[in-house]
Amino acid sequence: MEVFLQALLSLDRETARRQMRLALSDTNPATAIETLLIPTMERIGALWEQGDVALSQVYMSGRICEGILDELLPVAETDEADNPQTIIAVFEDSHALGKRLVVSALRVARIPVQDYGLGVTLEELVKKVRQDRPQVLLISVLMLRSALRVAELVRQLEAMSERPYIIVGGAPFLLDAQLWRQVGADAMAANSAEVLRLLKSLGISAAKAERSVPL
Amino acid sequence: MTTGNSSLQRVLTTLSHREPDRVPLFLLLTTHGAKELGLGIREYFSRPEYVAEGQLRLQRKFGHDCLYAFWYAAAELEAWGGSAIFYEDGPPNAGAPIFTSRSQIMAARRPQVTASPILQNILASIALMKQGVGDAAPIIGVVMSPFSLPVMQLGFENYFTLMADDKPALLHLLEANIAFCIEWANAQLAAGATAICYFDPVSSPTIVAAEWYRAWGLPASRQAQAAIKGPIAAHLASGRVLPLIDDLVNSGMSVVGVGALEDLREVKAACRDRISILGNLNGIAMTHWTPAEAENAVKKAIAQAAPGGGFILSDGHGEIPWQVSDEVLHAIVAATRRWGTYPLQAELTDGA
Ligand code: B12
Repeated sequence: MEVFLQALLSLDRETARRQMRLALSDTNPATAIETLLIPTMERIGALWEQGDVALSQVYMSGRICEGILDELLPVAETDEADNPQTIIAVFEDSHALGKRLVVSALRVARIPVQDYGLGVTLEELVKKVRQDRPQVLLISVLMLRSALRVAELVRQLEAMSERPYIIVGGAPFLLDAQLWRQVGADAMAANSAEVLRLLKSLGISAAKAERSVPL
Repeated sequence: MTTGNSSLQRVLTTLSHREPDRVPLFLLLTTHGAKELGLGIREYFSRPEYVAEGQLRLQRKFGHDCLYAFWYAAAELEAWGGSAIFYEDGPPNAGAPIFTSRSQIMAARRPQVTASPILQNILASIALMKQGVGDAAPIIGVVMSPFSLPVMQLGFENYFTLMADDKPALLHLLEANIAFCIEWANAQLAAGATAICYFDPVSSPTIVAAEWYRAWGLPASRQAQAAIKGPIAAHLASGRVLPLIDDLVNSGMSVVGVGALEDLREVKAACRDRISILGNLNGIAMTHWTPAEAENAVKKAIAQAAPGGGFILSDGHGEIPWQVSDEVLHAIVAATRRWGTYPLQAELTDGA
């Protein structure tokens, strides 16, 4: 794992690919993802949180992992189309990177997610969530005003018989540790990979049908 | 104030690493000016007279030690042909990226400051502030660093990809941005700004790895520093700064902006007598502070960074959010007077 981690952090795609192939020759794809990819993504997330790696490295390593997976283990077409229980949106503002990093972690872990996109307003989000009834709603914001509007979102979603579990993330929540509770979210993730642990605790994990390409 | 020190004298004394009459306080307020004038945020930023009047009123109201000529970051994007998105209850944001292909980047031409209506408006607001305040208080101008502006020009993802995969295009863009940044900063100084706040969060180790910073962020800031004709505060907009202090000192920066999550005591130890500190109250938490919490935060920051001068108290980002109440701002001012008067009280310096 250490070699794989260092390869990702120094943007060495070739070594990362070789390490992944090695892992796949030892075990089945699901186990390789579970024991190599996911822990590595989580390590990188934690290292960013501590200030030991940069966001550029979080982003690039996510992309490298996605690339390797697409090449070595393409997902059967139908998986992505499965009605996902998890939805993600950039709420009220249009800053894409936080969501991109979370989606990257979810892709690597093979957790299907439906993406509502950027700048999703309060009204739109309430309407769509009522329609789609996801189990979990992931919200990314960058601006304080967007973070504060989560309070109104939660209030309006409370009217549903079973509202989704709401996980928020983004810079304002990192700068003010009590903000996520203040706006009534159910949880906050301090880095993009932490979403995997939170989803696991809710019983959401990888899509099953994994089709491996002969190595 | 208790002594005859003007705000400008107070600031200059602290920047020379001596203790003035009291810790200077910069309330880096932007959208609050609109509240003062009873205007919506979009309307407020439509005329230089409004922004100048807003800043003058805020300075009279709170008696803090600067005027802030920062309109909003996306103004520079507008100058480059992009747009800004306005909100009723927060600062404007950048509209869509202006460069969506490599050929557009390679064709990038920097805008002329004289030909940009938005930049001319900002310059006019600086001239009006200068008329209003003279030499009594410094006027702080603002530029985005050449290395940070591309986030708005390209979007973050495409910018990271450019850094990883396309150095020639990256260098071309940075060169255009460096020339623009220098011209824009010097125009603000000529209009009456006392110093320039150089916003460069992308250089922070929070955002890019040291290797990329050394390859592009650092050379860009060196070039800008050498050509900008006034004192510069490097501000990483609350990205982490501690590992960069030596570089900032070596590239001739006068001041460094420090974010709320950084250990101010450690930063002070690294900066002492070499570069002044601007920071680091938590602007986000300010939105729910009580006056007592405001006082504690002020007291703590002063205890950690004010001894020996070289310290200006402010928020950690370079902009106080719209949602922060006047009550909290008044509490910050009162606490600065109570605890920031030099010589500092023993209670603050013991064990420092
Ligand atoms: C770099 C930066 C800039 C750059 C680039 C901004 C950009 N992205 O377009 C520049 C200089 C242009 C800039 C400008 C402005 N900025 Co700025 N900027 C920053 C800085 C340093 C990093 C922001 C960033 O994009 N980070 C990248 C993202 C991906 O990081 P992140 O949100 O923390 O996400 C991580 C985790 O939180 C998590 N995560 C994120 N979302 C989610 C979601 C889920 C479900 C999960 C599980 C996890 C998760 O994963 C990520 C990585 O692990 C922050 C301060 C900071 N220390 O973070 C201020 C900050 C975002 N800026 C801020 C502001 C206000 C502005 C301006 C509005 C200032 C102005 N008046 O003009 C403009 C807006 C410009 C625009 N783009 O619209 C404020 C926003 C809060 C507020 N006060 O409202 C911040 C937080 C600074 C502060 N301390 O207050 N900025």
